[in-house]
Amino acid sequence: MNWLTRILRQFGFLAHRDQVNRELEEEMSYHCAQTEREFIAQGMSPNEARYTAARQFGNEARLRDESAQTTGLRLESIFRDLRFALRQLRRNPGFALTATLVLTLGMGAAIAIFSFVDAALIQPLPYTQPARLAMLYESNSLGPHFHLSYLDYVDYQNRSTVFQSLNAFGAFGYMLQTPEGPQPVHGTRVTAGFFRTLGVTPVLGRDFRADDDRPSAPRVALISYAAWQRRFAGRANVLGQTVNLDGNPVSIIGVLPRSFHFAPAEPSEFWGTERPDSQCEKIRGCHNLIGVARLRRGASFAAANADVERIGSALAQQYPGDDHGRGAILTELVADILGNIRPILLMLLAGAALLLLIAAVNVSSLLLVRTERRRREMAVRGALGASFSRLVVQFLAEGTALAAFAGLLGTAAAWIFTRLILSLIPKDILDSMPYLNTVGIHAHALVFAGVVAVLSALIFSLLPTLRIANNDLRNGLSEDGRGSSGTVWRRFGSNLVVVELAMAMILLVGAGLLGKSFYRLLHVDTGLNVDRLATLQVSGTVKSGTAQQWVSFERHLHDTLAPLPGVRSAAIASEAPLGDGDGSSNFRIVGRSWPIDHNEVIIRDVSAGYFSTLETRLLRGRYFGDEEDQSRPRVVVINRQLAATYFPGENPIGQRIYIEGDQDKAMEIVGIVDNIQEGQPDAAAQAAMYRPRNQDPNSPTEGFTVILRSGQAEDAVLGTAAGAIHTADPTLAISNPATMLQRLHDSPSASLHRVSAWLVGGFAALALLLSVVGLYGVIAYSVSHRTREIGLRIALGAQRSTVYRLILREAAWLAAGGIGAGLLGSLTATTLLSKLLFQVHSWDVATLVAVAVTLAAAALLASFLPARRAASVNPTEALHAE
Amino acid sequence: MARKPDLLPGTLDMLILKTLTRGALHGYGIAASIKRVSDEVLTVEEGSLYPALQRLLLQGWVKAEWKMTDTNRRARYYTLTAAGRKQLGLELSQFEQMISAIGRVLQDA
Repeated sequence: MNWLTRILRQFGFLAHRDQVNRELEEEMSYHCAQTEREFIAQGMSPNEARYTAARQFGNEARLRDESAQTTGLRLESIFRDLRFALRQLRRNPGFALTATLVLTLGMGAAIAIFSFVDAALIQPLPYTQPARLAMLYESNSLGPHFHLSYLDYVDYQNRSTVFQSLNAFGAFGYMLQTPEGPQPVHGTRVTAGFFRTLGVTPVLGRDFRADDDRPSAPRVALISYAAWQRRFAGRANVLGQTVNLDGNPVSIIGVLPRSFHFAPAEPSEFWGTERPDSQCEKIRGCHNLIGVARLRRGASFAAANADVERIGSALAQQYPGDDHGRGAILTELVADILGNIRPILLMLLAGAALLLLIAAVNVSSLLLVRTERRRREMAVRGALGASFSRLVVQFLAEGTALAAFAGLLGTAAAWIFTRLILSLIPKDILDSMPYLNTVGIHAHALVFAGVVAVLSALIFSLLPTLRIANNDLRNGLSEDGRGSSGTVWRRFGSNLVVVELAMAMILLVGAGLLGKSFYRLLHVDTGLNVDRLATLQVSGTVKSGTAQQWVSFERHLHDTLAPLPGVRSAAIASEAPLGDGDGSSNFRIVGRSWPIDHNEVIIRDVSAGYFSTLETRLLRGRYFGDEEDQSRPRVVVINRQLAATYFPGENPIGQRIYIEGDQDKAMEIVGIVDNIQEGQPDAAAQAAMYRPRNQDPNSPTEGFTVILRSGQAEDAVLGTAAGAIHTADPTLAISNPATMLQRLHDSPSASLHRVSAWLVGGFAALALLLSVVGLYGVIAYSVSHRTREIGLRIALGAQRSTVYRLILREAAWLAAGGIGAGLLGSLTATTLLSKLLFQVHSWDVATLVAVAVTLAAAALLASFLPARRAASVNPTEALHAE
Repeated sequence: MARKPDLLPGTLDMLILKTLTRGALHGYGIAASIKRVSDEVLTVEEGSLYPALQRLLLQGWVKAEWKMTDTNRRARYYTLTAAGRKQLGLELSQFEQMISAIGRVLQDA
């Protein structure tokens, strides 16, 4: 316990530091007085006695310090250094602000991106041993990742030797009956052992039992944690409650854990059983499931893949009708879920780390500029006895203070950045990446922040220390101690600035191109007027009635919707534009033979008011009218792409076409409409045909989209329209209300553009800031070195403008170098972007020129301040002393 | 003039502790006592005395309190503690061992 009491005593001394010092002082002065008296007693004169006694005692202050140091902790001096450092920072607010800003932004960006990397790549997926899980797909002639059929799944289960367990899921959603009417909800059907395979146990209630997916078993379901909170208010009595899914009563038997998610099926609220009692499961050719398997211990993925391929080809041979040309393929679940997010995230992290490194070096160069001015102070300190290590501690204290402060602010900034980035991603896409739910500044990110702060502190203190160490402290006191190390540092600094400027240029050009491309994407010609257009999806469960009844129902719907306040016109279509671009079939032209195998055309069944509501452009012929129903000859309107591809140089009007297999339903082409964008805004034009709904009526349960042109606010109209539809038929479910603008802005391709533009733009802004700061640092450093030379010039008659020109010339060289290198770099780097760019060349001249001008202006700004300081140098001051 | 022999390193603590066995003393008194008893051979520099006294305080081998001297001034008096007495015994035996070992080496003619 000896050392413990010793430590405690040390703390005691520390606490009463001042008192200890005072006591020592008093004690020693007593000693000194006694010595003096002794000398006087020995015969010295009083003055001589005092003098000798004092000299014998030595430097009292230092003695006191040393004595105190034996008891005080090292901490004491560090506290003192910290206080001094803070005072120094406060005296130079410009430097402190700039350094803090640069560091905060750099750290914030790095920590923010790390938190994404942490959530997606480092945090484990919420399954037991996720590395042993695999997804089972079937491959066919069109591609590798297609669904299995139920019967095939059973065969795989029976025949495979490599799986500990194999289950399947189909994420097709359910129709939930609510008091307000039917509502489509996200849901997944799974086989009974699904959650056991994943290693997930419900947090409330129980998992499926092995017999829960038999056709005769009562229907049961698990619900997600979010659904439990949202629909059942998190009450424990949810167990045993019944919900009506797809017309069947289903009993809720459990709640899944909060941390659970399954990306391919998210955002699923209801997890029901996949039972072989519906039509699809009885047909081998009906492929609607994907398999999830846990590999047997010791089985490798390669071996498992080989095994399933064997079974796949066996099935293909055994059932040539349904499984012809199909094989099987196994992928790692983790790789499947993460997709290609991993390389993107790692690249972003590397970029952020690079920028942060440059930020740290930048700040050290700023510190260095200040150190230059304090060289005399350093030298004097050295002469007064400050050891080299004390000076290092001083730098360390300054660097640590800066790094710690920036670290705190940077963590806060990182939190803001993560929220901003998440807000850029639309909800649908976020739902498909559920591992991003846990993005935030948690333990890992905080540790990362700490590491980053410590490394930055080391960099800040190391670089000035090296500078001072190389330069003999003695030189500082004497004349202009311009050692060779000064030039080395200057050259390093200049090269770094050129690199920074080049990087800033490349990033700015990238951001500019992406931004321009994004703008073009949003303003692309979609073939319709996207403003003030609203859409609603309608679906149903009860299939009843005749074709005639369906037609009159839709007419009735029209008559209800059109007079609604705010609605200028209404239309119905099988699918709205700016969607998936799906729904295609092959078609034939009457009277022609077809050597070509596939003539894919998008088919849309639309009401008569469709074209006028969308405000499309009619190129030739006419649109069809509402009266053209099954009693009239069949007609169709084609788009320009179809006309150009299949009727080049001729007039298609009057010709007849039919869907493959429906020769008796040939339709006469009555009009050509300009291309309407059915898919993503940047998708290539596809051939499309528009049939009148009245001539091919569908039951409302097939689902259709209502499109409304409104006078003013589109969203307000959606509410009233939903109500009107519900009144017309309460069995219909209304979902996905959206304006056409939202569909455009939230489309996957627009979102990708948006996120990329903002991210690259953010990096570019940071790089620009760094270049400006870096350039300032280099120029200021050089000015502080050349103060004497400038003073001399001014004394010899140079004008202020000459001095300006002198300094700015140096800056101009650096800027020119950076912009030049940046131009070359941009031309090569932006070819990487060309896949992403829309209607914009990767060598877009306007963007390059704009960025170059911006950088030149920024460089001018950066060098202005040091230039002004140089021009206002007092020649006499500069010549006399530094 | 022959250079005055420096104190053997590490022995200062021991000398101070031993001096204090005879009673409480202030810093000046300790230095004076050592000088006197050693017939002026050993002089303790103030530069080494006070750091040593602080060290002893820290280890808990001495304790200090302020008292009035006969010249009506305040001075800090140090007294030996029980732990200090034990430490003194330890250091004395170590020192004896050292001295006899050196002696044996020197005698080995």
